[in-house]
Amino acid sequence: MKNKIIHKAKGLSDRAVAWIFITPTLLLLLAINIYPLIYAISMSFTNFYANKLGREIKWVGLKNYAKILGKEAIWERMQITASFMFWTLLLQAIIGLSLALLLNKKFKGNELLTTLIVLPMMLSPAVVGVFWTYLYNPQVGLFNYIVNFFYDFGSFDMIGSSTLAPWAIVIVDTWMWTPFTMLICLAGLRSIPNYLYEAAEVDRANRLQQFIYITLPSVLPFLLLALLFRGIENFKMFDMVVELTSGGPGSATELASIQLKREAFEKWKTGYSSAYAVILFVTIFGFGNVYVKVMNKIKDR
Amino acid sequence: MRNKIAILVSSIVFALSSTQAVKSESITLGWAAWDPANALVELSKDFTAQTGIEVNFEFVPWPNFADRMLNELNNKGKTFDLLIGDSQWIGGGATYGHYVKLNDFFDKEGISMNDFSDATVYAYSTWPKGSENYYALPAMGDALAWAYRKDWFDRPELNSEFKAKHGYDLGVPENWDQLYDMCTFFQGREIDGQVRYGAAINTERGSEGITMGVTAAMYAWGMQYENPSKPYDMEGYFNAPNVVEALEFYKKMYEDCAPPGHSDAYMVANLDAYKSGQVAFQMNWYAFWPGVSKEDADGRVTGFFANPSQKVSAATLGGQGISVVNYSDKKDLALQYIKWFAQPDVQQKWWDLGGYSCHKDVLGSPDFVNSAVYAQGFLDSMGIVKDFWQEPTFVELMLPMQEHVHDYVVNGKGSAKEALDKIIEEWVEVFEADGKL
Amino acid sequence: MVDTSRSPTESSGFSRKLAALIIIIYAVVTLIPITWIILTGFKSVTSSITYPPEVFFEPSLEGYVNLFTTRTRQSQEYLEALPPPETWYEELVRSREMVIAGPSKFFGRYANSLIIGFGATFLSVFLGALAAYAFSRFKIPLKDDLMFFILSTRMFPPIAVAVPIFIMYRKIGLGDTHLGMIILYTVVNLSLAVWLLKGFMDEIPREYEEAAMIDGYTRMGAFFKIVLPQATTGIAATAIFCMIFSWNEYAFAVLLTQFNAQTAPPFIPTIIGEGGQDWSAIGAGTTLFLIPVMIFTVVLRKHLLRGITFGAVRK
Repeated sequence: MKNKIIHKAKGLSDRAVAWIFITPTLLLLLAINIYPLIYAISMSFTNFYANKLGREIKWVGLKNYAKILGKEAIWERMQITASFMFWTLLLQAIIGLSLALLLNKKFKGNELLTTLIVLPMMLSPAVVGVFWTYLYNPQVGLFNYIVNFFYDFGSFDMIGSSTLAPWAIVIVDTWMWTPFTMLICLAGLRSIPNYLYEAAEVDRANRLQQFIYITLPSVLPFLLLALLFRGIENFKMFDMVVELTSGGPGSATELASIQLKREAFEKWKTGYSSAYAVILFVTIFGFGNVYVKVMNKIKDR
Repeated sequence: MRNKIAILVSSIVFALSSTQAVKSESITLGWAAWDPANALVELSKDFTAQTGIEVNFEFVPWPNFADRMLNELNNKGKTFDLLIGDSQWIGGGATYGHYVKLNDFFDKEGISMNDFSDATVYAYSTWPKGSENYYALPAMGDALAWAYRKDWFDRPELNSEFKAKHGYDLGVPENWDQLYDMCTFFQGREIDGQVRYGAAINTERGSEGITMGVTAAMYAWGMQYENPSKPYDMEGYFNAPNVVEALEFYKKMYEDCAPPGHSDAYMVANLDAYKSGQVAFQMNWYAFWPGVSKEDADGRVTGFFANPSQKVSAATLGGQGISVVNYSDKKDLALQYIKWFAQPDVQQKWWDLGGYSCHKDVLGSPDFVNSAVYAQGFLDSMGIVKDFWQEPTFVELMLPMQEHVHDYVVNGKGSAKEALDKIIEEWVEVFEADGKL
Repeated sequence: MVDTSRSPTESSGFSRKLAALIIIIYAVVTLIPITWIILTGFKSVTSSITYPPEVFFEPSLEGYVNLFTTRTRQSQEYLEALPPPETWYEELVRSREMVIAGPSKFFGRYANSLIIGFGATFLSVFLGALAAYAFSRFKIPLKDDLMFFILSTRMFPPIAVAVPIFIMYRKIGLGDTHLGMIILYTVVNLSLAVWLLKGFMDEIPREYEEAAMIDGYTRMGAFFKIVLPQATTGIAATAIFCMIFSWNEYAFAVLLTQFNAQTAPPFIPTIIGEGGQDWSAIGAGTTLFLIPVMIFTVVLRKHLLRGITFGAVRK
């Protein structure tokens, strides 16, 4: 009470300060995030083309949505996106967790190695995409050379072949982002109190049992959190893949975001692509929410 | 040469202040980053010398050219006063008001479109097609053509082996079947200790590459986009058996003749494959031939030929007209540049420097055909060119073509007929949305 | 299964050595691509496209020269007629039968990255610190909802909001401008800045400012004079994360900028030499582009986890 009286006399009230501090942030977010989103939603019910100015804009109701959901090509892209997400998340979970378990054994140089391993994920995804096209080059690429050094497959083309291209993007994403899961799992492992293991030791639990009953359950919420972040990011994935394969060959690696970009910024079908964007946004939000609920349940256990 | 250092130093200053550095008496011209652009820089020095108007250039690499420039126009950007935009943009440029209509200016300055080759005026300047509304001055004539390794063809042992197999001599192929024979002949062959391949052909997915390649075959097979007597009626034309055959042939070319990893290749990648000695043939634009022959002064290594015919003679059109951007604040200076550029002697110098003039005085001069090894081919090609849709919606038409053709040729998905059917289906949708159907 | 279950303190010497070995192998493998691209920057154009790939090569600065200049090919006679080159880079270019035509755009794009990166970082950290302080110290109605709202803006796919932003910016003339990009990146960074800084501010004991206020400071004064200095580490870490984001961002940059305000990430892929992708120039450009981020990563290593998880996980 005493405090309050003092600065009432000397300056603005806490409440005023609070609002002065928060308002600019909220306003900016409203202007550059929420307003565009509402704008996109309202455009999604029209036949608007942002490049055809002066053309009459017609209200078309749910036609754009019906068109998108009825299009085979869209479902194909969704499948491509889903399988990209499945494999990247799976690989990053397995490798990331294993690395974290290994790093958790405090050996010399641990800190330095962690920093080195983390480097790839700090890079610009677009630039990463570019230089991997060089590594994947079937004639001069280092990747192909190393693979053929261990087992001679002959000439193969990671980017040009429809069977290999989806793996090409999975490999790069895994290379880049495994450190992310690793770091978070590592934080989880370090948060396990030692006494749990000591108690288990007393109960004569063997190492495997300790792993299954102590380590895994404690690290699982962290792993799930890491996968949530990665899932959201990979659902939005655009930059790395565009520069690496530009969606090709054909449409073998054309993720939903890449298709959206083509509809929105090349064909300029603004209304149609807004509807597409809304569908993607609802999908990610829906899945995200369900996932968080499941995650919280696991955490509570 | 001290000024070279000055250039490097001033570049730093310039880059930092690039927004303010544009002088009042200067214009900015946008084009693609390729050989002819360097020739234009050279040519434009005369303009600056005569008028005192500086010309700044902004050249965008081809893979991003359409994307960036159209984005700029849609953004009503003021970066450019002059734009050398691709032939297919003319419809959009005119319809959406990006380009200034030049008729009045041409009349006032006495510039006659009759002085320019008819095919180029039709292709680069007019909208609607065939009308007398001009939105550009033909700046750079171009068509898709081929270069081949003459030095390999001239080797007797290769020729006799080829002749024994196919019954005719290695030489400029008369049709696509012969082209295919020759390509497969070189595919995987070791020459001078290096493995060589058949042909570097267009397969790029991201912009317009594979379309610009596959249409070279389709046109030669007599493809028509639409019913000549009923516009936008494509069923039975664009997916006719001859077009299916052409598309299948192109896939065969890709599978049997392309060097490894040539799955996303366009101009630069084709040049690269050719220059590094990997392939016997490359498909590319005339625009690059001055550069290719510059490195081959005595003309022993490389020969050029126009797109081979199959059922008919035809070639894919490239090239651009120069337009004044409607959003520019310096349209008068930009028009001054066009006036200067349209003069016959400037056009002659343009050709001499490596640009492809469209002016009849240049093309019709008796010295023209002997001025370069590819000059005759260029003249021939420009008489038989065909272009992709130039509709305002051309990007919407290009994207499905890119997707489905690439899906079929490179990705091996479905059949040629299915690919063409899918393209028509999406084209119909585009024309319906645009009110043309 | 290797011995992975033990608490760290109890791992046997052997298993620890094995773990170290596996980690070292992984680190080496994972660093190969980065090392390779840096090496490629020091190769000549010809040596960058030889097969098998050359691990040992004669270093050349051709990539860097190509990165910073544009060149035109000239005939032999033309070159012979020129006065002898005065600088080493001119000599290098001449030896490839070309002359320097002028500077390239790389420097300008790099400068744009710096201007936009610093501008957006400053703004987002400043505004973020204000908001974070308010969230940390005051009772705000619907606090949790507001915090979640701020976080959720990060989930928007950039392309979904890019079209409306493009149209908005076109209307008010912010398209392809530095200011437009600074505002945009500020907003994208704000969620991170608020969440991170709130965590850091929560750790600063309230007693400090309360004591200061008793000494006569106003709330504002206490915030600027007492709290902000205490939060320096947190602010620095947050700033670097914002900087890295703006530095690496591609989708907005490629969609909303064309010539004026374009940053380096959309530019680097378009570095094309004469007759082919110029891998040594791309290597050089990539190296120059990666150096700051690599340094930052080392500096940041203590806060890394917090930064990449928005403070959801603290080390």
